Amino acid sequence: MNSKADSRIISPPVDYGAVPDARGRFGPYGGRFVAETLISALDDLQALYLKLKDDPSFQQAFDKDLAHYVGRPSPVYHAERWSKQLGGAQIYLKREDLNHTGAHKINNTVGQALLAKFMGKPRVIAETGAGQHGVATATIAARFGMECQVFMGEEDVQRQSLNVYRMKLLGAEVIPVKSGSRTLKDAMNEALRDWVTNVDNTFYIIGTVAGPAPYPQLVRDFQSVIGREARQQMIDRTGRLPDALVACVGGGSNAIGLFHPMLEDSTVAMYGVEAGGFGLETGKHAAPLSDGRPGVLHGNRTYLMEDEGGQIIETHSISAGLDYPGVGPEHSWLKDLGRVNYVAVNDDEAMDAFRTLTQIEGIMPALETSHALAYAAKLATTMDKDQSIMVNLSGRGDKDILTVAELDGITL
Amino acid sequence: MSRIKATLANLKNTNRKAIIPYIVAGDPEPGATVDLMHALVDAGADIIELGVPFSDPMAEGPVIQLAHERALAHHVSLTHVLQMVSLFRETDQQTPVVLMGYANPIEAMSYVAFAQQAANAGVDGVLTVDMPPEEIGELGSLLIEQDIDSILLISPTTSPDRIEKICAKASGYIYYVSLKGVTGAGHLNVTEVAAQVDLIRQCTSLPICVGFGIKDAASAKSVAGIADGVVVGSVLVSNIAAAAEQQLPGDLNVKVLGEVVAKLVKDISVGANSVE
Ligand SMILES: Cc1ncc(COP(=O)(O)O)c(C=O)c1O
Repeated sequence: MNSKADSRIISPPVDYGAVPDARGRFGPYGGRFVAETLISALDDLQALYLKLKDDPSFQQAFDKDLAHYVGRPSPVYHAERWSKQLGGAQIYLKREDLNHTGAHKINNTVGQALLAKFMGKPRVIAETGAGQHGVATATIAARFGMECQVFMGEEDVQRQSLNVYRMKLLGAEVIPVKSGSRTLKDAMNEALRDWVTNVDNTFYIIGTVAGPAPYPQLVRDFQSVIGREARQQMIDRTGRLPDALVACVGGGSNAIGLFHPMLEDSTVAMYGVEAGGFGLETGKHAAPLSDGRPGVLHGNRTYLMEDEGGQIIETHSISAGLDYPGVGPEHSWLKDLGRVNYVAVNDDEAMDAFRTLTQIEGIMPALETSHALAYAAKLATTMDKDQSIMVNLSGRGDKDILTVAELDGITL
Repeated sequence: MSRIKATLANLKNTNRKAIIPYIVAGDPEPGATVDLMHALVDAGADIIELGVPFSDPMAEGPVIQLAHERALAHHVSLTHVLQMVSLFRETDQQTPVVLMGYANPIEAMSYVAFAQQAANAGVDGVLTVDMPPEEIGELGSLLIEQDIDSILLISPTTSPDRIEKICAKASGYIYYVSLKGVTGAGHLNVTEVAAQVDLIRQCTSLPICVGFGIKDAASAKSVAGIADGVVVGSVLVSNIAAAAEQQLPGDLNVKVLGEVVAKLVKDISVGANSVE
C-alpha cells in the first residue's frame, strides 16, 4: 500500500534530528558508495565521531578554537540601507565572511582537524574548488603541524590563483588535477584516490556536506554553529525568529549550517540558492536540485547533473565554489520533503548583487554568496517591511577580485 | 551451472590458474572491443572483465582513467557495452564475461532494467566498485534472480568480521584487491596478500582471484602461488593505447592491437601456471 498517495493518512511529523540513520541515509539519499578499501577508515571515523560528539572535552576544545581562533560568534548585521532601497523585508546578514580565513569553511576544518588529531593522523588532504576550503585546511594544518596536500582542478588553479598562493604560503602543497573536467569534482576523485593509497596515515578533510557517511553528518554538525548562533541572535535582536533563511548551495555546507538548527521552526521559510550559470534553460549551470536527478557520485546517493546514460556532465558557474555537479544528500531529502525551497540564480544576477552589496553596504561578498544575496533581494520585495530575511554571508569577495576585474576588462 | 562456476571448477580440476584480463569497453574505439575480447580468449583468457566507462572512475589510476576518457569521447554507454557483449556471444558461448564499473550508469538505467538486459546480453557477473555489500543489496538480489554473479571486493583493510559478511553475500569468485591504492599501482606485497587470502579461505570455498598490481609473468607467478586466478588490467590498457597511438587516426588496425594483448596474456598465463 502506498500511504503517500492517500491524503486521508496524515504523515507523522518529520524528526529532522533523527537523520542520518546508522547507514548514513537521509531517506533514500546518502549512504556509503565507496571502494571496499575505504570502508574500515570510514567505520573508524564514524565510531570515533559518535563517541566524541557527546564528549564534553571534545566539544570544549572545538568551542575554544571557534571562539579564539575563528573569532566566533560571528555578528549579525542589519543591512538597513539595502533593505530600504529594496522596500520590502528587513535583510540581516550572518557575517561568516568575518571568520578567520574569510568564509564559513574554517568551522568545519577546525572540527575535522581535531578528529584527525584524536586519530593520530600526521597528514591531511582536501579537495577545493574556490580554494576557500583548501585555505582553511592549509591554515589548520599549519597550526597543528600536519602535512597538508590540497587537490584542485587545473582550471580552478588558474581561476583562483590568489588562494593557490595563500595555500603555498601556509606550507601546503597544491596538486593540480588534470583529469576529467579539471574542476572540483575531479579534485574530489583525486583526493579519494590519494586516500585509498595513504589511508593508514592520512585524514581526508572533506569541505562540504557530501561524500560517504559519516561526512555529511559531521560536516553538518560542525557548521550548525552558524544556525544556532543566528537563531539566538535574531531572537535577542528582534524578539522573534526570521521569516526566511537564504543561503547559497554548492555542496551545501553553509546552507545546512544555517538551516539545520531551525528546521523544526515551522514558521521559518528556507531557500537554498543554486548556481544557475548561463540560465537553467541553457543546461550550462550547476543546479542539480533545480534541474538534475538522483544518482550516485562521490560516495553518496543524491541529486546530480548527469546525462541519460548516467555520466556526470560538466557544470558551469561563475563561482568556482558552486561549480559542482552534486549536492549534499540531506539537501536532496529536504527538497523531496518540501521543507526547503531550492531555486537558482544566474551568473549575471549574482554579479549584480555582488556590486550592489559592495556599494550600498561596504561589504564585498564572495561570488558564491552573491547568489544568495541576489535571491534575497528578489524575495524581500515580495515581503512586508516588518518581516525579516536572514542571509548567510558565507564568505568575503577578496579572492574573487581578479575574476571581477577580468569581467570589467581590467588586468591588474 | 553458471559459466563462471563451470570455468573455475574446470580450471581447478586441471590444476590451472584463471587468467582474467581487463579492458575498457570502447577503448580505444567502440569497434575494437569485440575483436579484442576474442583475441584475449584465443591467447588463453579464462574470464573477461569488461570495464564500463564512467566519467568519474574514482578507483582507477591514470592509465585506466584515460581509457575511460577515450571510450567516453566515443559516447560509449552502458547500453553500448551490453550490445558488445551480445555481439561477442554470437560466436563465443563459453567464456564468462564480467562487467566492472561504477554505480551511476546502472542507477541511471534502473536496477531492474539493467539486470534483465545484462542477462539477455549474456553477462555472467557484475562487479560494481563503489557498491560495497552494505549498498549492493537490491541490485545484488536482482542479479542473482537472473543467474548473474554479484562479484564483491575484499581489500587489505577488510576486517575479519567483514570478510565473513562479504563471503556470505558473494558469488562467482572473490576479487581480492592486492594493495591499498588505485589500479595500476606498483607496491604489491605478496606476504601480506597471502595472509589475507588465508583468512578469506577460512570463510568461503569460492575461488579467490587477485587483482591490482599484476603486470607481468613474475608478478603473476608470485600471486598465483596463493590465489586461484589473476586479474590483469593496466598493463593491457597501456599497451593497447601505445599501439593505437602508433597507427593512423581513423584507420585503426585492431588485429595489431589483438596481437599486442595476446602476447601479454600468454606471458602472464605462463607465469601464473609455472607454480609448482
Ligand atoms: C564563500 C563560499 N560560500 C559557499 C561555498 C559553497 O560551499 P557550500 O555549499 O558547501 O557552503 C564556498 C565554496 O567554496 C565558498 O567559498
